[in-house]
Amino acid sequence: MAMRTEPFVVNVGPQHPSTHGVFRLRLTLDGERIVECQMVMGYLHRSMEKLAEERSYTQNIPFTDRTDYLAAMTGNLAYCLAVEKLASVPVPPRAQWIRTIMAELQRIASHCMAIGTFVNDCGAWHTPLLYMMREREKVLDLFELACGARLTTNYMRIGGVSRDLPPEFLPRLRDFVREMPQRIAEYEDLLVENEILIARSRGIGVLPADKAIAYSVSGPMLRGSGVAWDLRKADPYAAYDQVEFDIPVGTNGDCYDRFMVRLAEMRQSVRILEQALDMIPSGPYQTPVPLALQPPPGEAYGRIESPRGELGFYVVSDGGPAPFRFHIRSPSLINLTPLPELVKGMTVADAIVILGSVDIVVGEVDR
Amino acid sequence: MGGLTVATRYLSGLELAHRISQRLPEAVVDANPEWVEVRPEALTEVCRLLREDEETDFHFLSCLTAVDRLDHFEVVYHLQSLRRNQLGVLKVKVWDREEPEVPSVTSIWPGAELQEREAYDLMGIRFRGHPDLRRLFLWEGFPGHPLRKDWLGMPGQRMPGLQRFPGEPGEPDTGRG
Repeated sequence: MAMRTEPFVVNVGPQHPSTHGVFRLRLTLDGERIVECQMVMGYLHRSMEKLAEERSYTQNIPFTDRTDYLAAMTGNLAYCLAVEKLASVPVPPRAQWIRTIMAELQRIASHCMAIGTFVNDCGAWHTPLLYMMREREKVLDLFELACGARLTTNYMRIGGVSRDLPPEFLPRLRDFVREMPQRIAEYEDLLVENEILIARSRGIGVLPADKAIAYSVSGPMLRGSGVAWDLRKADPYAAYDQVEFDIPVGTNGDCYDRFMVRLAEMRQSVRILEQALDMIPSGPYQTPVPLALQPPPGEAYGRIESPRGELGFYVVSDGGPAPFRFHIRSPSLINLTPLPELVKGMTVADAIVILGSVDIVVGEVDR
Repeated sequence: MGGLTVATRYLSGLELAHRISQRLPEAVVDANPEWVEVRPEALTEVCRLLREDEETDFHFLSCLTAVDRLDHFEVVYHLQSLRRNQLGVLKVKVWDREEPEVPSVTSIWPGAELQEREAYDLMGIRFRGHPDLRRLFLWEGFPGHPLRKDWLGMPGQRMPGLQRFPGEPGEPDTGRG
């Protein structure tokens, strides 16, 4: 006769290192196994969508730094794309390339964080994370050089970027690009065949391709499930239609594949940066746009491939100086949709690994 | 170089309206080059049609959100086909300001689950048939839905904000609607 057990509720979070922010999982356990998972969020809700309705289009750019605070540049870029679409603002070629460079640097920095914290969750206590923080620091130094800020960059503007690259930026970027492949090789040596990492993540949290599509997940999570879908190729923005790169995909859709996709994407980002260094033209870096921009009534959906997936801004204008509606399609939130199903039947330790592999930023989940 | 990639095709609302009305003649209300509007009652059938139709193939619900247009609400669906790389925009309008209700599309795209909960939480749209329609970010008992245009919690605005913390004695618990 099977032993009867009583369901037991465990709260993971809101203050818990593995939730990467203030996020709570309410797990109902039967013995070791999870029978039900409820996600509780909103601890970091700052009602940005409402606040944005009272601010001008330019004043809203700093909000986009603070939604996904590990990838501020891509947030800026997605929002500016939406408004440029809405107001039909052209962007000069140099600005397009600067944007591409910044987005790829941001992807490297964000993936460093994602992989570092993920292997932390798998039990590799902080050594790999510190390796990756070292490279992330170099990216942040480059950001500081370009715009004076490291995290909340506020660099992109409607019609371009806020200022031109300083003369020492490109040589320093070249040094970084020269150095980074060795660093990625270091990560690969350290992690790819790491027995503990494989034991903890392979075959865990398997999301098949059809389910991944049905659940609207995007980014490395979708590609980890084997769907070669990347908006940089599918719906090119900035200068992505002029660079060559591959879309790494996984085969099993498990946590290990998501990790491998992120690692491979860092190599592709370096490849894009190499091409950008050779191809970036000189010229104006911004189209002059009135500070109180008043786009014609209408709506636009601007989307990019952020490090976490499809980041979209749905902006509605009524002809006034502030957006009538400002909605952020946040990949962090939507990638969480399949989480209760993924953790069902797994142990608590697995749930932590699965949540780590989704790579959420709670600022973007709650907004 | 250039031309290495093929960009997403943005399907015209007129084209979508044409395809929908071939199979569901009553469903389309309005269409323009940017989007197509359908009747809320026909929404689930239209969505299933657009997902299964070979020509549209919208298997990926890219973005679901709601807009308060002062006299009515709009629910906006950005639908993406990964195989054919095309994007279409679908809208439904609800004129009931007190209890706006549209059918849930979670049975067609499970990815709508959290997005519909968000639209319910912040805009107060009720999605009929949603498996677990609760507030997502705000707590149960929060008064009203803050993204509505007539909800402004700031002092001196059109409506007073929170008088006291919900759940205190004497505070009616409006709860899940």
